[in-house]
Amino acid sequence: MPVILIISILAFLLLSLLPGDPAMIIAGEQASPAAIEQVRRQLGLDRSFLEQLGIWLFNLARGNFGSSLILNQSVLSAVGERLPVTLSLAALSIGFTIPVGVFLGSLAAYYRRTWIDSAVMTVALLGVSIPAFWIAILGVILFSVQLGWVPSSGFAPISQGLGGWFASMALPALTLSLFQIGFLARMTRSAMLDVLSQDYIRTARAKGLSEWRTVGKHALRNALILIITATGILLSAAIGGSVIIEQVFALPGIGRMVVQAIMARDYPLVQGTMLILGFTFVMINLIVDILYTLADPRVRHD
Amino acid sequence: MTDVGIGTRATAAAIAAPRGYGTLRRLLRHRSFLIGFTIIALLAILAVLAPLITPIDPSAMRVRLRFRPPQAAFWFGTDQFGRDVFTRVLYGARISLFVGFAVCVVSGLCSAVLGVIAAQLRRLDSAIMRLMDALMSFPAILLALGIAAALGPRVSSVIIALTVAYIPAGVRIVRAAALTVREMDFVQAAQVSGASSLRIVLRHILPNCLSPLLVHLTFIFAYAMLAEAALSFLGVGIQPPIASWGNIIAEGRDYATQAWWVMLFPGIAISLAALSLNLLGDALGDMLDPRLKGGE
Amino acid sequence: MAAPLLSIRNLTVQFRVDTGWVTAIDDVSLDVGAGDCVGVVGESGSGKSVTALSVLQLHDRVSTRMPSGSILYQDDDLLRAKGSTMRRIRGSEIAMIFQDPMSSLNPVLTIADQISETLRQHQGLTGAAARRRVVELLGLVRIPDAARRADDYPHRLSGGMRQRVMIAMAIACKPRLLIADEPTTALDVTIQAQILELLRDLRRELGMSVMLISHDLGVIAEFAQRVVVMYAGRVVEAAPVTQLFRRPVHPYTMGLIAAVPALDSEAPRLTTIAGRIPGPQEIIPGCRFSPRCALVQPSCLDEPPSMQTVGDGQSARCPPRIQVLGVRHG
Ligand SMILES: Nc1ncnc2c1ncn2[C@@H]1O[C@H](COP(=O)(O)OP(=O)(O)OP(=O)(O)O)[C@@H](O)[C@H]1O
Ligand code: SF4
Ligand SMILES: [Mg+2]
Repeated sequence: MPVILIISILAFLLLSLLPGDPAMIIAGEQASPAAIEQVRRQLGLDRSFLEQLGIWLFNLARGNFGSSLILNQSVLSAVGERLPVTLSLAALSIGFTIPVGVFLGSLAAYYRRTWIDSAVMTVALLGVSIPAFWIAILGVILFSVQLGWVPSSGFAPISQGLGGWFASMALPALTLSLFQIGFLARMTRSAMLDVLSQDYIRTARAKGLSEWRTVGKHALRNALILIITATGILLSAAIGGSVIIEQVFALPGIGRMVVQAIMARDYPLVQGTMLILGFTFVMINLIVDILYTLADPRVRHD
Repeated sequence: MTDVGIGTRATAAAIAAPRGYGTLRRLLRHRSFLIGFTIIALLAILAVLAPLITPIDPSAMRVRLRFRPPQAAFWFGTDQFGRDVFTRVLYGARISLFVGFAVCVVSGLCSAVLGVIAAQLRRLDSAIMRLMDALMSFPAILLALGIAAALGPRVSSVIIALTVAYIPAGVRIVRAAALTVREMDFVQAAQVSGASSLRIVLRHILPNCLSPLLVHLTFIFAYAMLAEAALSFLGVGIQPPIASWGNIIAEGRDYATQAWWVMLFPGIAISLAALSLNLLGDALGDMLDPRLKGGE
Repeated sequence: MAAPLLSIRNLTVQFRVDTGWVTAIDDVSLDVGAGDCVGVVGESGSGKSVTALSVLQLHDRVSTRMPSGSILYQDDDLLRAKGSTMRRIRGSEIAMIFQDPMSSLNPVLTIADQISETLRQHQGLTGAAARRRVVELLGLVRIPDAARRADDYPHRLSGGMRQRVMIAMAIACKPRLLIADEPTTALDVTIQAQILELLRDLRRELGMSVMLISHDLGVIAEFAQRVVVMYAGRVVEAAPVTQLFRRPVHPYTMGLIAAVPALDSEAPRLTTIAGRIPGPQEIIPGCRFSPRCALVQPSCLDEPPSMQTVGDGQSARCPPRIQVLGVRHG
């Protein structure tokens, strides 16, 4: 897969973007020459560019994504440790987004050019326009500080009880969903508008099917094919958004780790994490493609 | 009325009206366009005229005046250093709009060039597109975060980072449009009549890719502003004391329960700006119809 | 004639467009008797489909209005019928097949799925019983290897086969009236003949009434007993087929007859009517055919002509011609 290779090289190049001497930047301004030299050797920066690239790719091929400078941990285990948090967040928000977004978008399309359409689309427009981190802070003030319904920060693992986990995740997932719901509703609406004007919808009605069956079965099945292509974007938005949301709610996830790594100039950790996420998205896109093929009999057969 | 032809002629005249003129007129009748355009134009004017509108220095600290709630003297209140939030939001608009606009222009240019090259030159097509696929494998905000972090916290790094993050989508759009246009009769006719390929690209292909690109860039403008705010909020974007909507919120966040106004107003400002651009993008999409219409 | 099965009276249908409401069909009346076959003919854009879709109320609700008229089917006025009444009638009492078999079937559902849906809806047939009936129906419309074909998705079938599936779906519940909106227009000539043949046979076997829509008067002449000629959203002439060919009244009908190729000739149509049909938005005073009419009189532009009976079950919307014919016969 050439894309995997390109991603690996891109992640490698990230370090060379650093202006000046990476070893010095990583070691810190006040570090002694010896300390800088040690970082340089540790990161293999004393070798030639091509050698470095070769080592990088060779390590990757063996499943070695590098090690963190500050965590005393390999990138892989650092990411693995924080995966449940980010995964919980992304999964919960996607689980919330898809039914709500599809429902709202279908509703707007079905009642196009009525007040229902306008109302739904205004909400969707707000969803894609309001910054998630801002609404998250407002949410914390309202639901945690004022009403005390949910904890304002921190993560309760699912292993310690579903209730605590859900309480700790509900608000972050909800705020994370707002953009995605807006996006999905807008996308669903246009897909549905397209589908609802098709001849086979008229055929379904001509058969005497109820509106519910016509829209819920005949139209939605077709619109879902179009919507599946958007799930990659949704997941991307969910993971990307979780970086910020984890920061607001102090959730110990991958996103928060990346931000901390950047602040601490732990570039190998940044590099490795980006790479793992990049690989993940290649896989996700692959799965989306397969789902797409499965969902559309026209593609499935030929 | 005995003139049989009147109705027919009126219809024919309507059809024959020049397209550009019709598009402009329809845009001006389009409600989303009017609302979106008015808001963003107003914000832009406020941003440009910021020094004239508010005489206060955005970073002037007057600790005695800290945490004043909104009032006649401080419309949006003051923050923990006694800085005027209204002034800071106005100056923040300059940064946000500048970053958004710059990302829009630069990524637009790059997308147009790369997209047309990919569509026209078979040999470079797959190389360019694989690179774009790879870039697209990173969530945009994360890619921008990584690049901005590597380049250091500066306005220019934020612009570069977001530009790189948003180029792939633009390239795909331009390439798809260019490939469609290339197959259309008028382009084929131009090719047959021996027009040079550069001429064909400049005269036929590029202009026909512009509408979908323009629609896309309007949304990119909004996304870039939101992303800039997020980066600044995370501390890898615009650094204090320069005011940006994102970092005002980040700073105001710690005092949100006592001084809600510090973070409230910049948030409303971002939302308004993004909202207006999204409205504008929707309206343009409606009017220009990214699904290419046949050439004339 | 006894009370007709379906009776469309003075129907007007308007659509919302950018600039307001346009009248697509105006004052359309036609009857279909039990067991009858009525042909509706007219150029593209004359309002045939709009009329047909009105019967089953299949227009988009938001952007359509029907300010006047009625559509009587048995005891119901379909224009004012409740949704549940309409759904009971659709597919079971009145069924419809459409012009484009390529797009009229749902691409993501199997043939069996789509046919059995009708059976379940109206006859409560499910499972193996439904399956058996589906295969039987596919055999009835002469689809070879029906049992295997049933599980195919529409894209695996040719246009002609898909139209057969549409027909199977339409006759699944033995409707009393079948509306066929240009069922063969999108098909090859040889397939066209087969489909018409099939429809003819099924009509006889099931004893249904048929409303056959076509822009080809030749097709109608072979199939129908009565013909309704539409032009620019209005019925301009209605008559028994033989009468229509023996003595067309409206100049437009005369033009259509002249355009039918002789049966024994390979030659394409000899004549066409000059000019084009006006769209619903175009305002034409008086007779809407006048810009193309060779026999136009100054009085034709004064007011829209009304439908007048000529005799022998024939009526037309052309006072000058009726006068001429009337004088000659009187
Ligand atoms: N939903 C609609 N909105 C606006 N105008 C419509 C709509 N449906 C039909 N029309 C217009 O009404 C007129 C009659 O259309 P109709 O489809 O009934 O023609 P037709 O006789 O069936 O022609 P064809 O042979 O092409 O099927 C046309 O001018 C068409 O543009
Ligand atoms: S009314 Fe007049 S214009 Fe219309 S068809 Fe008859 S003769 Fe022609
Ligand atoms: Mg039609």
